[in-house]
Amino acid sequence: MPGTLTTIIFLPFAGAVLLLLVGRGRDGFSRLLALVVSAATFLISLSLYMGFDASTSAMQFVEEAPWVESMGISYSLGVDGISLLLVLMTTLLTTLAILASWNINSRVAEYMAAMLALETGMLGVFCSLDLFLFYVFWEAMLIPMYLLIGIWGGERRIYATVKFVLYTLAGSLLMLVAIIYLYFHHGAATGTYTFDLIALYAFTVERGAQYWLFLAFFLSFAIKVPLFPFHTWLPDAHVEAPTAGSVILAGVLLKMGTYGLIRFCLPLFPLAAAYFTPYILVLSVVGIVYGALVAMVQPDIKKLVAYSSVSHLGFIVAGIFALNAQGLQGSILQMVNHGLSTGALFLIVGMLYDRRHTRQIGDFGGLAKTVPVFSVFFMIATLSSIGLPGLNGFVGEFLILLGLFKAFPVFGVIAASGVVLAAVYMLWMFQRVVWGEPTLQENKDLKDLSGREWAVLVPVVVLMFWIGLYPKPFLGTSKASVRHLISHVRSQQMQDDDKAVASDRPKSEYRLKNSEGGSLVSTQQIDSRDR
Amino acid sequence: MDINWTLLLPHLIVAGTALLVLCLDIVRPHSDGKAAAWLTLLGVAACLIATVKLWGAWEYGFSGMLVLDNYSLFATAIFLIGTGLTVFMSTGYLAREGGGRNEYYLLLLTATLGMMLMASGTDLIVIFLGLELMSLSLYILVGFFRDRPVSNEASMKYLLLGAFATGFLLYGIALIYGTIGSTNLREIGLALKQGRVQGDLMLLGGASLLLVGFAFKIAAVPFHMWAPDVYDGAPTSVTAFISAGPKAAAFIALIRILMLSLKPLEHEWASVIWILAAVTMTVGNLSALSQQSIKRMLAYSSVAHAGYVLVALAAGTDRAITAALFYLLAYTFMNIGAFAVIILVGKKGEENQDISSYAGLGFERPAMGLALALFMISLAGLPPTAGFFGKFTIFSAAVEQGMISLAIIGVLNSLVSVYFYLSVVVSMYMRPSTGSSPAALSPMGYVTVGIASVATLVIGLAPSRFLALARETVASLM
Repeated sequence: MPGTLTTIIFLPFAGAVLLLLVGRGRDGFSRLLALVVSAATFLISLSLYMGFDASTSAMQFVEEAPWVESMGISYSLGVDGISLLLVLMTTLLTTLAILASWNINSRVAEYMAAMLALETGMLGVFCSLDLFLFYVFWEAMLIPMYLLIGIWGGERRIYATVKFVLYTLAGSLLMLVAIIYLYFHHGAATGTYTFDLIALYAFTVERGAQYWLFLAFFLSFAIKVPLFPFHTWLPDAHVEAPTAGSVILAGVLLKMGTYGLIRFCLPLFPLAAAYFTPYILVLSVVGIVYGALVAMVQPDIKKLVAYSSVSHLGFIVAGIFALNAQGLQGSILQMVNHGLSTGALFLIVGMLYDRRHTRQIGDFGGLAKTVPVFSVFFMIATLSSIGLPGLNGFVGEFLILLGLFKAFPVFGVIAASGVVLAAVYMLWMFQRVVWGEPTLQENKDLKDLSGREWAVLVPVVVLMFWIGLYPKPFLGTSKASVRHLISHVRSQQMQDDDKAVASDRPKSEYRLKNSEGGSLVSTQQIDSRDR
Repeated sequence: MDINWTLLLPHLIVAGTALLVLCLDIVRPHSDGKAAAWLTLLGVAACLIATVKLWGAWEYGFSGMLVLDNYSLFATAIFLIGTGLTVFMSTGYLAREGGGRNEYYLLLLTATLGMMLMASGTDLIVIFLGLELMSLSLYILVGFFRDRPVSNEASMKYLLLGAFATGFLLYGIALIYGTIGSTNLREIGLALKQGRVQGDLMLLGGASLLLVGFAFKIAAVPFHMWAPDVYDGAPTSVTAFISAGPKAAAFIALIRILMLSLKPLEHEWASVIWILAAVTMTVGNLSALSQQSIKRMLAYSSVAHAGYVLVALAAGTDRAITAALFYLLAYTFMNIGAFAVIILVGKKGEENQDISSYAGLGFERPAMGLALALFMISLAGLPPTAGFFGKFTIFSAAVEQGMISLAIIGVLNSLVSVYFYLSVVVSMYMRPSTGSSPAALSPMGYVTVGIASVATLVIGLAPSRFLALARETVASLM
């Protein structure tokens, strides 16, 4: 009997194979089969949450089997507080995305197979505890996404999809060299050649090498996030992708970048992370402001939402590199939040497009009068994206800003301006699309939400309120893992500083900055508060 | 003189089959070659079984000129797989193009025999003989469509440039013999190790010429000029054959010479091969970018792949040689597989050579589309395919030796290559069909595609076994 993680990773893949074998020409059957498989995956993944022990930072549901023994490659899976929510979000969003793809009419079986294969890749990325295995999933996942955008996308789909693949690969191939280097470096120093992540955590690379390795990993993740200035593939991919593709892209794929930063960049190369933190924060806040400003002037709703992602992901990266409990936990929660709110927005834009075959803001107006229910959902998603208290976005952004203020007040101030700007571009767009009088005849004849569309949006909106009003179940899971991560990173940095004192080398700037605030203190504060 | 029959067994099987095919031609001179094809397959299968049974044996004879070890057996297996897959796809193809003859299979077998001699030769003369036997057979095969000018032109070019390469090689052998007084690989190695001839200019000259000769055969830049024209002009089944076996044979012989004889000169040749690898990868991939014809694209891609294997040679460690062998095996499957699909979806006269003519194929012929996509993804080096793991092992070997810049050049080249390999996938799946339904072909070709796709996936997903086999060969090089 395969373990839970293996089941949820490969169940969708089995579904994809089945679809290719028997689904051709049977559209209704293909849709249903894909929905059943993805829903089953989601339900099984819920058991992860039920069985998850939030009190420990250790990996759970661990599965391990040798794969290429001679090279120390193993098939090893596990989840901890950092990846658990992302796994659940992936399975949920895939199910909703499939439900939202009911109106795909060409090559349905292939489309659904690609969606399911994509799910396998994404889940594999979040669950791998072996660097090699991680890399395999990381790249293999590109292929279904490439096909989704390229076959079922808009007019410039080929340009967009090739750009997407090449950008992502540019980063990840350099990461591959870094992975190999790390493997031999660790092997030469310890005598065990392994790609096992936990073993590699325990190993400290010397400072000089850390910088290069960090940069190679970071570039790969920064492109995926995407961090300014590596974001140019994103608007193209988003605009050309089919609705479900955009939902998955924004909801899950971008999170693979931020997840990688937390899972690999910080714990594997803590010294380099400290060294590069100021630069990364600069890029993040530039991204926050730049993404917001560009979003403001977009005439196309989908492009606007795409640029808003650049801005929101800037928050998440900034929160990660604040490197304290609030920032990191906020970032992890915000990854889920962004998946929900931006996913919902893309779904809504898709519904508009289905009805009117346009996404230009100027083509709409007065939707509140003609499609009230739709407009309510649209408003909730918009407000959630802005970060209105009571909805999910607020909790995440608030925690991130709190963490950022504690560690780097200046960056905190600039980042906070992003919240204001988000309100400007989102509300302005919303006003032009939904309020006012419907001027065009086409807008007067619009149909309101169908039953299926209700089914797609309701779960998302419920979660938005749930996280917004009672975030504890979502924050609690990541606490232990985050605390462990921070203490791991800090202790490595401190050991290095001790060495620095012994050798009269100046301490790293970053450590000095934090020595007063002391993030270890802040972790303790959280503890005492929880008690 | 005692003759060591075990040592000769694989060669005898192939040579015997070749003779039988020759006899068949006497009995049925005007046949379409189907019977010869089956006979060839039988011989290849028998030899493959012998190879598997002999695994682990270590025989040598003929005054140390020939050896049978894991290294030569592994190489022989690669050649036989290449030949077998080629035969499967040839019958239908030749019938369609109207060129089916017994000689075709005879020449495949003699070429294979030549390759096997190259793999098991431990004397420069034997290696040279093998190389010539292989090359002469190939010259004829390339021009096998006698009534087609492109085929003739390709054959002529191949012959002329091949003759040059042979000249270089032979001159190199002569210079080495002149310095050391032996053509035996072990004795050359011993002489160099003991420092009997240190840094001799004549020796270095000989080694360089030797390298040039092999560089021609593996189509390393700047000696690759023949490859696109020959690949393009040759019958597609022959192109597939050339791109796999003969290229592997040249690598196999080169590796044995470098490891067994010229190891003491590693300092000198490693940097040369380093540059050769970097240039070959880069020029191959950049040239492939702008190709319209799929055969020319694959020709340049095969140049680029020679560059990847050269990366392993530059590293020169056990791990690197293992990686090179593993890669040659993987490449045999994925490349021949790709050509097999090209044949199967093509039409008489091969109009279907442009990448743009594959538009819509992915949905019109799903299985063929999926297979070609798989081969392209594998050639591009994306997981979870044989091509990915092959590249991974090669770059690992380079990084281990501290050749990080070479590994980075390699991965950046992979990035470039993704563009043109995926352009085939783009064409197949993302562009509307041009509405031509290709003619059906004999089902034999599908065997090639089937075997190749399964192997590409299996080697990619469960590489342990193959990696272990490749590793077991390295011992005999030390």
